[in-house]
Amino acid sequence: MSNMKYLLLRRVTQMTLLVLYFGANAYGWHILEGTFGASRLFGFIPLADPYTTVQVLASGFVLGADVLLGALLITVFYMIVGGRAFCSWVCPINMVTDLANWLRRKLKLDKEEVNYRFLKRRTRYWIMVLGIVVSAVVGVAAFEVLSPITIMQRGIVFGFGAGIAVIIAIFLFDLFGVKNGWCGHLCPLGAAYSVIGSKSLIRVKHTHENCTNCMECKVVCPENQVLHMINKSSIAVTDGDCTNCGRCIDVCNDNALEFGVRSFMKQETRSGDFSHTSK
Amino acid sequence: MATSNNRRKFMATTFQSVGLTALGGLLWSGYSDEVKASPLVLRPPAALPEDDFLKACIKCGLCAEACVNRESNQNRDGSQRKGTLQMAKGGDHRMIGTPFFVPTDVPCYMCDDVPCVPVCPSGALDMPSILNEKKELDINKAKMGLAVVHKESCIAFWGIQCDACYRACPIMDEAITLEYQKNERTGKHAFLLPVVHSDICTGCGLCEQACVTEKPAIFVLPIEQATGVAGDHYVKGWDKKDQQRVQNANEIHTKNERSKQDASEYLNMEVEY
Repeated sequence: MSNMKYLLLRRVTQMTLLVLYFGANAYGWHILEGTFGASRLFGFIPLADPYTTVQVLASGFVLGADVLLGALLITVFYMIVGGRAFCSWVCPINMVTDLANWLRRKLKLDKEEVNYRFLKRRTRYWIMVLGIVVSAVVGVAAFEVLSPITIMQRGIVFGFGAGIAVIIAIFLFDLFGVKNGWCGHLCPLGAAYSVIGSKSLIRVKHTHENCTNCMECKVVCPENQVLHMINKSSIAVTDGDCTNCGRCIDVCNDNALEFGVRSFMKQETRSGDFSHTSK
Repeated sequence: MATSNNRRKFMATTFQSVGLTALGGLLWSGYSDEVKASPLVLRPPAALPEDDFLKACIKCGLCAEACVNRESNQNRDGSQRKGTLQMAKGGDHRMIGTPFFVPTDVPCYMCDDVPCVPVCPSGALDMPSILNEKKELDINKAKMGLAVVHKESCIAFWGIQCDACYRACPIMDEAITLEYQKNERTGKHAFLLPVVHSDICTGCGLCEQACVTEKPAIFVLPIEQATGVAGDHYVKGWDKKDQQRVQNANEIHTKNERSKQDASEYLNMEVEY
């Protein structure tokens, strides 16, 4: 089971958060209330999603101090500590797309490398900006009217209704459509967290001397363009697209990958690859 | 040759990106604008006007959670009752993730401590709008909607005695009063007619839920849909306050083909159809 350590930890984290949110509605717990849009921790600490907050501000409404403070807290946390960890440690859609990805591998749907002409990994950054523009034009937080992330979370807390169709659509898209299609190409929330967390401290580090070039890490990595240093140089994964999921560490049998604290002193940012335009 | 090919490719890619972004933006805008358009929805107390509310609501559900988990929302055996506020799901045909209520399902019980409003982190539920002079929460100041009576299906208007809505109203004898009228058909009975007063009614929907007819003859509509506006053309000449209302009224000049002529001219003209 040692090669499942971070996977299990992530699932436990994701499930625990959902249970706490569910209990807040169903049993009146005051540990973690609300949804990812805005929450309350321990009944008084406000938390809010930075991208949602920006959309609401763009739509022309001056938000209450609770949301602004909450968005600031979340931003600071991921900016300094977590990186893009929201995507792999918190977001419930991650479980859906991971399942689709796992099935893809089992069904050997990945044999052919397909070049999606219009759907690049950088598309999500366009969508992120577009979401803010559309919010301003239409006067409503644009991603929030279709976000599968909050639809799934609210589904679990308050009941799904027809919203389950959105989740199934994402699953099918990732399974039969584009590999890592939603999380890796389209999701503007993930793009926002990539930008926020691009300079964060917790990073996967590679020890090139231990690497046997088995490429297992690249097979499981949902953003494998960030692992460009594998068996090439002993540097950290500094690309903001890395979700810190730790799957690469799990599958590595050679102790060539581990979590570490990024050091800005060394040359590991040599490649300076924060452009988010890789691949 | 290679350079011009590269340039052509670059231009093509740029145009494609711009074009696809525009396409995506138009589709997205169209969709967002459509899902906004669901005016017949009742919002929690102190909600901003619908357009601002849709901008402001961050869809966190704290109001709905406070509503369902309030202490007064338990059956005698301690089990939880359904809350008034629901969070719109796919298929509800309301802006997804926003709180609303349906009076015939669960009306608003107008709790004294208004648990749903102070928890709102975004300001979509505007607490100051329901504070009284002593800066205390006052649910009677809420304006969630306005009850409207359909007199043709209201059995009180038939002459049958029914005061279900009147008695269900939490602001009894103020928001709904009973008006007595002689029943000319029998000559010896009275009509007891429910009349809603829009300055008092909060739109809680308890009347709608209490109504005995198959489909309620009294029902709550959002204020916007349930009210008219007299405008500046009419004024209560006997009421000083109403005079103030039209103080800033602007004169309106209508300009059309007719206004080129003098009034006496066109009034004396033959009618042209």
